[in-house]
Amino acid sequence: MSAQPRRRRIEVEEKGDIAVVGFIDKKILDEQNIQVIGEQLSELVDAEKRTKVILNFSNVEYLSSAALGKIIALNSKLKKANGKLVLCNIRADIKEVFTITKLDKLIIIVNSEDDAIAKF
Amino acid sequence: MANESEIGREHDFHIVIPSDPMEVRAVQDRIENLLALHEVPSRDSFCVKLGMEEVLVNAIKHGNQMDRSKTVTVSVRITAMEFEAKVTDQGPGFDPDDIPDPTDIENLERPCGRGLMLIRHYMHEVAHNETGNSVLMRRKFNQPEE
Repeated sequence: MSAQPRRRRIEVEEKGDIAVVGFIDKKILDEQNIQVIGEQLSELVDAEKRTKVILNFSNVEYLSSAALGKIIALNSKLKKANGKLVLCNIRADIKEVFTITKLDKLIIIVNSEDDAIAKF
Repeated sequence: MANESEIGREHDFHIVIPSDPMEVRAVQDRIENLLALHEVPSRDSFCVKLGMEEVLVNAIKHGNQMDRSKTVTVSVRITAMEFEAKVTDQGPGFDPDDIPDPTDIENLERPCGRGLMLIRHYMHEVAHNETGNSVLMRRKFNQPEE
């Protein structure tokens, strides 16, 4: 296994005490990238002690079920820490993935980033 | 833009890949090129690509358990009317009916079953062989949404 430098796959913007997370990749499909995204999302809660997190999907065009697993894990982690996860700016095709799998019943999904901030 | 003779043609390919998730990209790029060549509508293109992603990852991860000595055989056929793919792994197979419903409340936070569910949603036909290590799937283009 080559020791590749772990590239940042998410961008975190601070809005008060809320972490607004954007994704670098348009396609969240590759196994390795999804692993790294999962680790970097976990670090927000475990290392940085974030409890209010927004995932902004404005840059995302494709998303696989493996990526859904990482979002579910983040949601569970935040719930355990008495925090909250809100998803926003999800294009219709991707939103359908959440609807089919009924994850829209588990995770809060709103239209805009402003709507997401209003959820905290 | 493709000319008329290209659009009217049928394209197919057959490829055997090792059980490495990185190999999925090469297959997907090839499919993406053929979908573009046939000017497949963006909705159909999205459904095909997502369905293929899930079926290939399932074959590599769950079927072959990422064992690089095992391969995944992929046959694809694309026309202006439809997409068809057969994906076969070298794993022991599974019974699709044994996969718990990932949308049941108690399963919502569990990681399994969502890939198969998405494949069934995005493809019009999905058929597993008796062993469960091979899946044939088809999507017709320009169909009204259910």
